[in-house]
Amino acid sequence: MELIWRGMLEAIRLMATGDPEVLQITWLSLQLSGGATLLSLLAGIPAGMAFALTRFPGRGVCLALVNTGMGLPPVVVGLFVSIFLWRSGPLGFLQLLYTPAAIVIAQFIIAAPIVTGLTIAAMQQLNPRLRLQLLALGASRWQLLWLLMREARLPLLAAVMAGFGGVISEVGASMMVGGNLQGQTRVLTTATVLETGKGNFDHAIALSVILLLLAFSVNYLLTWIQQRGRTP
Amino acid sequence: MTAPILEGLDLRVLYAGRPVLEVPRIEVRAGEILAIIGPNGAGKSTLLRVLGLLEPPTSGVVRFRGAPVAWGGDDLLATRRHFASVFQEPLLCDTTVEANVALGLRLRRAASEAVTTQVQTWLARLGIAHLAQREARSLSGGEAQRCSLARAFAIHPNLLLLDEPFAALDPPTKDELLTLLQVLLRQEGSTTLFVTHDRDEALRLGDRIAVMMGGRIHQVGVPSEVFGRPVSEEVARFVGVETILPGRVVAEQAGLLTVEVDGMKIEALGRATVGERVLVCLRPEDLVIRRRDERVGLESARNHLEGQVEDATPVGAQYRVRIACGSPVVALVTKQSFDDLALERGTPVVVTFKASAVHLIPR
Repeated sequence: MELIWRGMLEAIRLMATGDPEVLQITWLSLQLSGGATLLSLLAGIPAGMAFALTRFPGRGVCLALVNTGMGLPPVVVGLFVSIFLWRSGPLGFLQLLYTPAAIVIAQFIIAAPIVTGLTIAAMQQLNPRLRLQLLALGASRWQLLWLLMREARLPLLAAVMAGFGGVISEVGASMMVGGNLQGQTRVLTTATVLETGKGNFDHAIALSVILLLLAFSVNYLLTWIQQRGRTP
Repeated sequence: MTAPILEGLDLRVLYAGRPVLEVPRIEVRAGEILAIIGPNGAGKSTLLRVLGLLEPPTSGVVRFRGAPVAWGGDDLLATRRHFASVFQEPLLCDTTVEANVALGLRLRRAASEAVTTQVQTWLARLGIAHLAQREARSLSGGEAQRCSLARAFAIHPNLLLLDEPFAALDPPTKDELLTLLQVLLRQEGSTTLFVTHDRDEALRLGDRIAVMMGGRIHQVGVPSEVFGRPVSEEVARFVGVETILPGRVVAEQAGLLTVEVDGMKIEALGRATVGERVLVCLRPEDLVIRRRDERVGLESARNHLEGQVEDATPVGAQYRVRIACGSPVVALVTKQSFDDLALERGTPVVVTFKASAVHLIPR
């Protein structure tokens, strides 16, 4: 308990003094995970809507793949992204390994199926007759999609939270494709692993507390957006 | 006759190879309310979706103002925007009542002032102005359906499509809304296609009535024609003819036919030849019952069938009385008459009806 208490105090000290390294790591974590989440929304929401609203041969297999992807182990993602980005790999010429971009790519691969899967669920929980009603009211195809997204905004925001939560907390992929380089690719999770390995438990606890606070702040903001104006 | 605003020609819809709709021709005339009635699964809603351009038929053509509608073409949306639909469920969006009523206008990119004016007008006309800022999901069933109707009327559609809009409401709310809708449709002169399984709703609203069964339209006509002169036994049963007796025309004199039914002689006005086999249709409200021991003077009714009360069931303020006259005959009597006549199982009675109350269907 004393160790945890010391870790808490260290977290307060680091935040109060505005420790430059911790600030840089926190800001980078937010940027990379935020960017990966944003990209996963851009790809996952349209894909999820397409899967939910259309019928095509092989749709069942696609849905099963998406659902499997929702539980992708980050280390597996990290391994395959590393193989692809190695100098001798198919995408080695991009020279992205051990860069922040590599972390974004890996985190995007982790978050996209989560967002897609939850978007499918969000769309499928809408009354199927609502689509007909909106068309009957004169909605064009784009107006229809926008209105359906608006109707499903609560579960869609849950998809955003789940996607962000999935990547801000992962360590395996970031470690493997980012390399945990100080000042370049070190994020809160990889820094926590490093400090734990070095035996600096109070510092590791402090970093993990900051990580939790960051995750809480983002989710609190999203929850506020989700729940505003709603009565029980 | 008014020109049709909407026509369906040779419409056919197949689901998994099975025909669910086969309508050679249907038209909705400008300014009329065409009620489509039929039992559940008759294909009424499918027909409404096809005519409302919400579902393409497997084959056939829908014409709007004489021009065929191209499915998937650019004009489809433009044509669909002449229509508005109200379904059994209100299907409101998760926003305020006001925003819901404005939705159709906003989709058409109507000017802000016009939206505000129309929304306020229709909220008031539907009696929900006080609910304008309420969240739609907090409305009761009746309020939500008023909102859905306001949303449809606010568009000022050339054709209003109503798919059993009152089916999920309790009887008092339904009655109230039906009366309001009747007034609004007459005031607006809205061309309306109204689908229902409820005969009374169709009678109250419809200028013409189409009876659908098994994906086909069996009869179209003004209410008195459809309800008074059904073309088949199925239609007769659906429109409330409870006594349908097989018989044969045995005599004809000056337009008055005599039909032999199970040993009874029934006189009817109609067209049939002697020897023709027919179905004798009697509506329960056209039959009069008196006790057999009651003395009566001369009367104009041509038919008097003697029988005994078999059973009686209360239906609202009336009793549905089944009388065994050889073949069973069903009559409706008020509760007061039922009590005055002291009817009970086995009471000997005489059932009286005019020859003009008899409708004959050739078989």
